[in-house]
Amino acid sequence: MLRELKEEIASGSAEEVISALLERVKRSRLNAYNVLAEESALARARKFDESPWDGRMAGIPIAIKDSISTRGIETTCSSWILRGYIPPYDAHVIERLKAEGVIILGKTNMDEFCMGTSTETSCFGPTRNPWDTERVPGGSSGGSAAAVAAGEAPCALGSDTGGSIRCPASFCGIVGMKPTYGLVSRYGLISYANSLEQIGPLASTVEDAALMLDVIAGHDPRDSTSAKTEGGYLDGLEDGVRGMVCGVPKEYLGEGLDSSVERSVWDAISVLEDLGASWREVSLPHTRYALAAYYIIAMSEASSNLARFDGLRYGLRIGTDKDWHTTFSEIRAAGFGPEVKRRILLGTYALSAGYYGRYYLKALKVRTLIKEDFLRAFQDVDVLVTPTMPFPAFRIGERIQDPLSLYMADVFTVPINLAGVPAISLPCGFAGGLPVGLQIVGDHFAEKTVFRVSRAYEDATPHHAARPQEVI
Amino acid sequence: MENEVIIGLEVHVQLNKLNSKLFCSCSTDYHDDDPNTHTCPVCLGLPGTLPMINKKAVEYAIRVALALGCVVQEETLFYRKNYYYPDLPKAFQITQYDYPLGLGGHMLIKGEDGERVVRINRVHMEEDPGRLVHAGTIDRAKYTMVDYNRCGMALLEVVTEPDLRSPKEARAFLDKLRSILDYLDVFDGDLEGAMRVDSNLSLVGGDRAEVKNISGHKGVEKALNYEITRQKNVRRRGMKVVQETRHYDELRGVTVSIRTKEEAHDYRYFPEPDLVPMRIADWVPRVQEELPELPDAKRDRFRTQYGITDDHAKSLTSEIKVANFYERVAGKAPPKLAAVWIADVLKGELNYRDLSIENFHEDQMVEILKMLELEAITEKGAVEVVRQILDEGGSPAEIVKARGLGKAEDDAVRVAVRAAVAECGPAVEDYRGGNEKAINFIVGQVMKKTRGRADPGEANRLVREAIEEL
Repeated sequence: MLRELKEEIASGSAEEVISALLERVKRSRLNAYNVLAEESALARARKFDESPWDGRMAGIPIAIKDSISTRGIETTCSSWILRGYIPPYDAHVIERLKAEGVIILGKTNMDEFCMGTSTETSCFGPTRNPWDTERVPGGSSGGSAAAVAAGEAPCALGSDTGGSIRCPASFCGIVGMKPTYGLVSRYGLISYANSLEQIGPLASTVEDAALMLDVIAGHDPRDSTSAKTEGGYLDGLEDGVRGMVCGVPKEYLGEGLDSSVERSVWDAISVLEDLGASWREVSLPHTRYALAAYYIIAMSEASSNLARFDGLRYGLRIGTDKDWHTTFSEIRAAGFGPEVKRRILLGTYALSAGYYGRYYLKALKVRTLIKEDFLRAFQDVDVLVTPTMPFPAFRIGERIQDPLSLYMADVFTVPINLAGVPAISLPCGFAGGLPVGLQIVGDHFAEKTVFRVSRAYEDATPHHAARPQEVI
Repeated sequence: MENEVIIGLEVHVQLNKLNSKLFCSCSTDYHDDDPNTHTCPVCLGLPGTLPMINKKAVEYAIRVALALGCVVQEETLFYRKNYYYPDLPKAFQITQYDYPLGLGGHMLIKGEDGERVVRINRVHMEEDPGRLVHAGTIDRAKYTMVDYNRCGMALLEVVTEPDLRSPKEARAFLDKLRSILDYLDVFDGDLEGAMRVDSNLSLVGGDRAEVKNISGHKGVEKALNYEITRQKNVRRRGMKVVQETRHYDELRGVTVSIRTKEEAHDYRYFPEPDLVPMRIADWVPRVQEELPELPDAKRDRFRTQYGITDDHAKSLTSEIKVANFYERVAGKAPPKLAAVWIADVLKGELNYRDLSIENFHEDQMVEILKMLELEAITEKGAVEVVRQILDEGGSPAEIVKARGLGKAEDDAVRVAVRAAVAECGPAVEDYRGGNEKAINFIVGQVMKKTRGRADPGEANRLVREAIEEL
């Protein structure tokens, strides 16, 4: 898709393509974007039309999740507390994309500071699912996924701390990839839980996602957790799955899983079998502890990461200045939404003297066990195949009052972040008119294998071509 | 005995000889610049930024740890110390806390009664917060301004065991630490905020108070003396010293309570996820090998190699530049004479003018020492030469010539002696009558006749001889 779009833009007009997209966004009621970079996007498009530049994504429009810093474009993480904050620098991934010629359309909606599974905790109001506007698009990268699914952007970046790329990709019927921890520099990604999150692509096809990852991956000295890797994710994309072994974790199928989702996953496994792969059951025995460990680690890190937002240097300023403690307390009370406050409080508690050992340290130990589960499994299989989410998109408002039931929705995605391995979500059918996502998980830095299996599956199925009707 | 004092120090040393800050590439050369001009997204803690460790800073830290006799850990590990304060833009400080780079060293200082071994608990790295400028005093300021130029500077925290027994010993410790840091070339102690001290002080049997914000080695005696007096007064009134944190107000010379034990922070330390541990075990042998000769070793060597007194050796080795200057001079002139003239004269004249040793050239000193050795110049004249070089410049030979400081030739002195003895009949009689002091009058006449060029000792001897011969 991006390949064709690039040719279309090169032989036609970037300005026309961008204008059409902007018009589409403006008449849409999905609320996928927080900020449209209309002027700068059109200006860059006109410049491109005058003297086109080279680059692997030359002229291609892209939407960026609002958790990623973009120089000169307001970046708020969908939080009041960052209203008006315009970063003076570009995230590493933005530098890479710009170097390959993209045109940034705008910043997409998300759960406030990535804390959510539905994009309902945004200070800008929820994004709607293009397949059913009464339903959530998933989260936290809901704006990016909805925009790509609804044709409001040909591709987008998201970030994934516990499923925040894969969940909305699943709910919106597109491709979303969370790379191995350390593959993509986090420099410029506004931290929610540093030790878990990665930036990754949301796109219409596996090839598009692979191209985007190829552009954004690679070592960056500014991120000490970033790895030195070779890239080349488009190489061998079409080599097929013959002889490969797919593992199906027994803990991921069963209780709590929607039956039509389960059926779609087994159908997908049959497709892979038909393509020459085999499957076997594997066990990831510590899965049941993953959610608890994940939320303790994520909230603890978040409580520290979000402490800097005090309105003193940037972002929200309210009322008149009082003494320092009163002023920043008032700003934080007004600027953060209830879910963010809940996580800051819980994280602060988990890190306090006397509780650190009982919660945070214990969660780190569980994390090690979960990682070992995966390493053991990958001794016998090439990839793991699971559902991305236990159910399709739920209704707006259905779960937001019950945080625990929302946290439970992340049950298949968070172990992947704890283990640091790569995983993709692909469209694998529909349940009641709503897209279902298939999660394919690879070993550390085995992105190529994940893409290869995904591409083989995509080639053999029609699901990725399905598109919702425009919602006006 | 009941008022014996127990002191431990936490010394913050800014590694200000680095070119860049601890976690970003901002320049450290901000001391003459406007506030908030040496900042970047990283040291301002803007959303999305990540720390990137300055390897040179780690090497400097290893250097200091080794010089203080610490065991260096195999890898670096950093924690977050979480607290809200406007000088801390991330609302946490990245510090080594639980995993200090260096552990268990020691330092020898001159104590109240003989030499004292001060144990070093640890040496760890952390980032410097910004600088707060209060409009007025800390407890009464209407507003406060923040300068982030300092924010993110590499700091070393050197923590002693409670082994010091007086403010004077605390001062001696800091002087020695400063000297070692000077030798290691990691630190310029003259820059503002280069060394900041927190101190725990208690009287035997009492709770301790932590005194924060003592700037540098000079303020420490004053601050601690104040605190001792305060604690003794509390006791005298029959009350107990409470465990608390106090702020030293340099302007008023007093300590002010800023929080009690009950208000102590819970810093919620946890490992910094954005900095992966860096293995440094392999660096240590090389750094150890490249470690320069340190003050104590140099002092011992100077004593034995040049045969100079321990006081001179100590004085000459407190600053590396002075020590190097001395060695260069001692290679070309008599070492003992050089020690006297550099340690006792030159250093004093430099201190008086607040100048450093760079203002004097070794060849000038060698020339002066040669003239003294040949008795071509009196000691008094040599001091004059030193002073004039410092004040107006010029070479020793020119100065001696221009100011007629050359020692008068023997003949001229003898002529003057004979004349003076002949002219001072009554004084000669007094001397013969047993009044020793009368000789001084005659010598004074000799000096007058030779315009001060005669050596007073020599003139004294010649006058006595002349009187004997009468």
